[in-house]
Amino acid sequence: MIRLEKRPQPSRAFSLATPLLAVLATMIFGGLLFAMLGKDPITSIITIFWQPLFGEFAFYYRPQLLIKGAPLVLIAIGLSLGFKAGIWNIGAEGQYIMGALFGAGVGLAFYPVESFIVFPLMVLAGAFGGWIWAMIPALLKVKFGTNEILVSLMLVYVAEQFLASMSLGLMKNPEGFGFPGSRNLQQYDSAFNADLIEGTGMHWGVVAAMIAVILAYVLLTKHRLGFAIRVSGEAPRAARFSGVNPTRLVLFCLGMSGLLAGLAGMFEVAGPAGQVTIDFNVGYGFTAIIVAFLGRLHPIGILLAGLLMALTYIGGDIAQSNLGLPAAAIQVFQGMLLFFLLAFDMLTNYRLRLGRTEVV
Amino acid sequence: MDLSAINPILFVAGFLVAATPLIFAAIGELVVEKSGVLNLGVEGMMITGAICGFAVAVETGSPLMGFAAAALGGAVLSLLFAFLTQITLANQVASGLALTLFGLGVSALLGQGYIGMKPPRLPDIDFGPLADIPVLGPILFTHDIILYLGIAVVAATWAVLKFTRAGLILRAVGESHDAAHALGYHVKRIRTLAIMFGGACAGVGGAYISLIRVPQWTEGMTAGIGWIALALVVFASWKPWRLLLGAYLFGGITQLQLNLQGAGVAIPVEYLAMSPYLITIIVLVILSADKSAAPASLGRTFHASQ
Repeated sequence: MIRLEKRPQPSRAFSLATPLLAVLATMIFGGLLFAMLGKDPITSIITIFWQPLFGEFAFYYRPQLLIKGAPLVLIAIGLSLGFKAGIWNIGAEGQYIMGALFGAGVGLAFYPVESFIVFPLMVLAGAFGGWIWAMIPALLKVKFGTNEILVSLMLVYVAEQFLASMSLGLMKNPEGFGFPGSRNLQQYDSAFNADLIEGTGMHWGVVAAMIAVILAYVLLTKHRLGFAIRVSGEAPRAARFSGVNPTRLVLFCLGMSGLLAGLAGMFEVAGPAGQVTIDFNVGYGFTAIIVAFLGRLHPIGILLAGLLMALTYIGGDIAQSNLGLPAAAIQVFQGMLLFFLLAFDMLTNYRLRLGRTEVV
Repeated sequence: MDLSAINPILFVAGFLVAATPLIFAAIGELVVEKSGVLNLGVEGMMITGAICGFAVAVETGSPLMGFAAAALGGAVLSLLFAFLTQITLANQVASGLALTLFGLGVSALLGQGYIGMKPPRLPDIDFGPLADIPVLGPILFTHDIILYLGIAVVAATWAVLKFTRAGLILRAVGESHDAAHALGYHVKRIRTLAIMFGGACAGVGGAYISLIRVPQWTEGMTAGIGWIALALVVFASWKPWRLLLGAYLFGGITQLQLNLQGAGVAIPVEYLAMSPYLITIIVLVILSADKSAAPASLGRTFHASQ
């Protein structure tokens, strides 16, 4: 019979191999799922993974990788800081929305003034919006001990309603012929989050994501606060003995993840999305959770995982239009990825042993 | 604004219906948490139950078969969570989230062909002359069997947890899984059974929304009610009767904001729609003080070698 024996040290080899194993298993089971839906599994998998990178229209899809990947990576970096310390910010979607609303609000308030200062102010506003929305669960946790998972999640639904109210009310475009939604920020030059190099999809959000990866890496490996985060997650008692201030940690982790999620929202609304609409949020906040775990809560891993998830999004869109694959199938695919990753993660900490259990 | 349009008797009857999915989901989660497992996948299990129940009810023409299928669907989905947390010893928070995302995806996939359909109606129980009593009649005696089943499940859970040996073992596993293991109880098996019960209850709760409350199938129709159920368990300090009270409170708020929207109150619709979630947060804050009632092993992974 198979037994699980705890490893004395987490295995480094498996630590790197588990994401790859998870992707492989998802491809196999995803293929089975597609087969059950009546689509050819091999074609589907190739469409999802190969086509966006090397297919016929790859020149169009490759920039989309950056566009879709940047918010995922940005949000996931913030989330990973918290998850590493055992602080569960599940409300990144809400912080993303609030960042977008604050950023777009500042931009729309300045309209039609053209000035170089508008965009930086929007960035600050977006960061602030996300930060303050995350501060609510943070303060409630440190002052009252309220569970941050539930509070941050409830605030997602509140933020969605707020988004609806803004896009139908205060931020509605006066020249929009009565249609819901705000002015399109892509047409407002000072506010538009344009590609830095035309056509590559590399807008300021992508730059921010890359900076975030580097800064997070430095923070976690070189800085005292990064050490505090890692210790709090891996050995809470040791953390207490070494003098880590849990309040400060909670406020920092939640605040940072909110700030980054807000930035992601702001870059998205001022760039690829353009307008504040009721269905502006597409679930990046929740997919970022998958990205964070897929990247094993490590900045470089998250970068790679973010690109992989972006690939599945784009591949999924292609599969939807070319093969008629339902959109929900890709959601199942992504959920499966997280499942397999969590399951295979066991191999990092435990060894499988065949044989009889010892009798003392 | 016409507040007189809100009929108080209909309002109370309405919120009893609104509270039932919460009651089912929350009582299932209460049992799971009492066994020491934090299952955040309630939303995923509810929506899976909603589509399973809807699909089977439409195909077989029997809403009761639908509810049975919903319970089965929720239980099967929860088995995935049980596998992740009990066999592969994954982190419970992450696994629960994975279950929710997966459940939302699976339900959207299964529900492709059922959008816009009307399910078979589950008739209200005919209590005869009891329903004609002036105020209590329409409130208490005009509902379908599942609503009464919800209250019965709460009562049964309270009785089992308090008076039976099985309930004692469950509570022991939740308070100290190491001690229970040392006494020879099969911790993983007990937790898996509790998780399946939670899944079945959440499934029935979800099916109640798609078969009776709405009754229709739309993608993502549970709209966060699973998370409110989780908050409800904390609100109830893991006590079944307080859970019933909390469910009626939230059902009441949900119903009230709908009625206020209908009555043309000057507050914009979106702010009224926010209110259940905001009230949940406020309630959580007020009740966070009573942490003592939480099962001591809640959320901790159990592995026999440690």
